[in-house]
Amino acid sequence: MSQDGETKRWDPGVIPYAQMGYYEPDYVPKDTDMLSAFRVSPQPGVPPEEAAAAVAGESSTATWTVVWTDRLTTYTHYQAKCYDYEKVPGKDNQYIAYIAHDLDLFEEGSIANMTSSIIGNVFGFKALKALRLEDQRIPPHYIKTFQGPAHGIVMEREYLNKFGRPLLGCTVKPKLGLSAKNYGRVVYEALKGGLDFTKDDENINSQPFMRWRDRYLHAMEAVNKAMEKTGEIKGHYLNVTAPTMEEMYKRAEFAKELGTVIIMIDLTVGYTAMQSIAKYARDNGMILHLHRAGHATYTRPKDHGVNFRVIAKWCRLAGVDHIHAGTAVGKLEGDPNMVHGYYETCRRLNLKRDPKYGILFDQDWVSMPGTMPVASGGIHAGQTHDLLHYLGEDSVLQFGGGTIGHPMGIAAGAEANRVAVEAMVKARNEGRDFHMEGPQILDQAAKHCRSLQVALDTWGSITFDYENTDTPDLAATPSS
Amino acid sequence: MRVMQGTFSHLPDLTDEEIELQIRYALSQGWAVGVEYTDDPHPRNFLWEMWGLPMFDEQDPKAILSEIDSCRQTYPNHYVRVTAFDASYGRQTMGLAFIVHRPPEEPGFRMQRQELNDRHIAYTFEPYVTERPEGQRYSSDGSGVA
Repeated sequence: MSQDGETKRWDPGVIPYAQMGYYEPDYVPKDTDMLSAFRVSPQPGVPPEEAAAAVAGESSTATWTVVWTDRLTTYTHYQAKCYDYEKVPGKDNQYIAYIAHDLDLFEEGSIANMTSSIIGNVFGFKALKALRLEDQRIPPHYIKTFQGPAHGIVMEREYLNKFGRPLLGCTVKPKLGLSAKNYGRVVYEALKGGLDFTKDDENINSQPFMRWRDRYLHAMEAVNKAMEKTGEIKGHYLNVTAPTMEEMYKRAEFAKELGTVIIMIDLTVGYTAMQSIAKYARDNGMILHLHRAGHATYTRPKDHGVNFRVIAKWCRLAGVDHIHAGTAVGKLEGDPNMVHGYYETCRRLNLKRDPKYGILFDQDWVSMPGTMPVASGGIHAGQTHDLLHYLGEDSVLQFGGGTIGHPMGIAAGAEANRVAVEAMVKARNEGRDFHMEGPQILDQAAKHCRSLQVALDTWGSITFDYENTDTPDLAATPSS
Repeated sequence: MRVMQGTFSHLPDLTDEEIELQIRYALSQGWAVGVEYTDDPHPRNFLWEMWGLPMFDEQDPKAILSEIDSCRQTYPNHYVRVTAFDASYGRQTMGLAFIVHRPPEEPGFRMQRQELNDRHIAYTFEPYVTERPEGQRYSSDGSGVA
């Protein structure tokens, strides 16, 4: 402390982050800055600008006390800056803090490095009760250092020769316990019946009841036989998730030799493994599917963690072609507006800030191809109009139970789903109000497809109307 | 068997009225409608023959329907599909592609398994009809006429 009692920037000891330059309301973010929107819940007595400055500090150069070695650097350049914050409507002591990080802070093309800064230490910081990363504006300059999706939506459609409708998939059930031969049977029936894809579940890797190589061989016999029966390209997501990267490459290489059009990984492999396998997938002509296993542990809490929208952006940069992004109507968490925002984040080239959908920044993807969002979990043919309405055409609709649980068998379940989707797209294109008239459109289609009729009779009235925990609250009308 | 390529193959064959509605949709999206035909329905044959260029400047659905008809009449033993090309930035690919005519019979595909080492099997497909020269497929006497 100086003689007049005022704290100076370089006095030894602890001084507030805001005074150290981490809160700069006059700062004008540069086009090259990484911008992050954090939901900040300060501890009682901590002013919002100090809490926000602490987030900026702890996610960039600061430590808890003044260090003279800062003066060996152009520290103002490396300091992240909170340049704005706003109160969250309807909340006592919660704010959205907007923070700019200079691009110099991040290694080019590294999700691991960028996220180690942005979400590294700061989420455990004591002066905050809770902290959630809501959105990020990734500058074009940084986007261009990433590979991006191995193929992207357009190339996937051209590769599969499938245009103008959502793609259809199904996760093999039961997800654990089937032998390779029985597994192949499910794959064959579902693909023959009309689905485009079947899928390994996230926790199918290489267990005692079915080792990976046996599964791959039987699944690919099924895929090829279904192609023979239908004359269209089919695929099974062969999960290459494994304990080590070496093992993942080994499995991916065998999948390539078998001629699969698609492989998959789980989010649990981590971002570096994701980037590596995305490169392999591009080099070897395989679409890359990502199952977001584990995400809800940190995406679902409304006050703490990382919003899925941000995870989706990281995964698009890292290079996946498919990502599970919610259903809006199925068994898993997802407010329809938020899910719409995730889908648009995955597949659009340009996004405009729109708090109604939870989107807090404009985002220019500078021609990086889109990632196909995947809807999976408790959806069935009777919801086709809702699914097309909320999720749109560039999506993969995965009916697991809604295929395999069909009373007439798996192929009939698959046929019901395919007929429902084609009928709904046809009706939409014909100019009908398909969302309102959905049930009638499905009934009409079922007149020439008994399996669809049976599907509607079995599941037509099943809904999952539970309150969602994550809803937009910066819109004109806060929802919670 | 029935070749299940295209946007609407799992529905009953579209009538001309239904085809026209899809054409109107494509035109309303600013897409260019085209007509293509083939007698090689291999699932990876994306190069169907073009019945002229995509109709970039044609806005009359009836005129497009008559092109479809001409193609169907000229190639009754081929597959004919309607394509709609979306040239917008970020797409630049087909927005819609559906079959509007099929040969009288569809014999399907032969899948061949080549057994390699360690139970590894390599698969190839061949439409039964492609044993015959182009233009002489899909007819009982190989003449190309049903």
